Amino acid sequence: MLVLTRKLNESIMIGDAVEVTVVEVKGEQVKLGIRAPKDVKVHRKEIYITIQRENIDASKLAPESVDRIEGLFKKKILP
Amino acid sequence: MKIRTKPYGEIEVDEKQRVHFPEGIIGFEGIRDYYMIDSKEGPFYWLQSAEYPELAFLLVNPRVFMEEYRLAVRNADIQSLAPEIDTDLLDFAIVTVPEDPDKISANLMGPILINRKTKTAVQAISENDEYGVKHYILEEMKKRKSQLVETG
Repeated sequence: MLVLTRKLNESIMIGDAVEVTVVEVKGEQVKLGIRAPKDVKVHRKEIYITIQRENIDASKLAPESVDRIEGLFKKKILP
Repeated sequence: MKIRTKPYGEIEVDEKQRVHFPEGIIGFEGIRDYYMIDSKEGPFYWLQSAEYPELAFLLVNPRVFMEEYRLAVRNADIQSLAPEIDTDLLDFAIVTVPEDPDKISANLMGPILINRKTKTAVQAISENDEYGVKHYILEEMKKRKSQLVETG
């Protein structure tokens, strides 16, 4: 991993289109400003990991449980 | 054509039901092609992998259990589908069904968006911090019912 030291208000460029700026440093928290083209997705990593885990759980659904959940909805949702 | 599916075994599907995820689903990036199949009962759809019969996700329209649900995603997340949210985009939540089916939950943090015209799809990330990965569907519905009783 490339490690760079930056001060407040200094930036790094990733390629020629993505700019990451240190906007604020307060104790253990660092606030970053990100300038990127509109087709570049920027998200916190832990959100990806949370969604990934949930997707994996969702994919483990057993086919037998399908009848049960459909039955559940038949009873509880439809009058 | 006939394909093998996780919920219903071998069934007939139409090419119109085919949906392509150019970037896959988070955690399943290499698997790009799915078929949308109606569930037999209830408000669900199956997103069945075209390639792997054992891989299928259950989808629901979140408004079925949460009337006030509002899709909120960044335009960057949906660039492969459309420049911005419009009426060609259908949105769903992936459903998780644990051992206890009463604990069935929907993931509102990672909504699935499908362009119904181009049949391309993405998993986006919600901009609304109140939407997590586990919204218990039956609990949400009970809430709604009790609100209805209170108001009238």
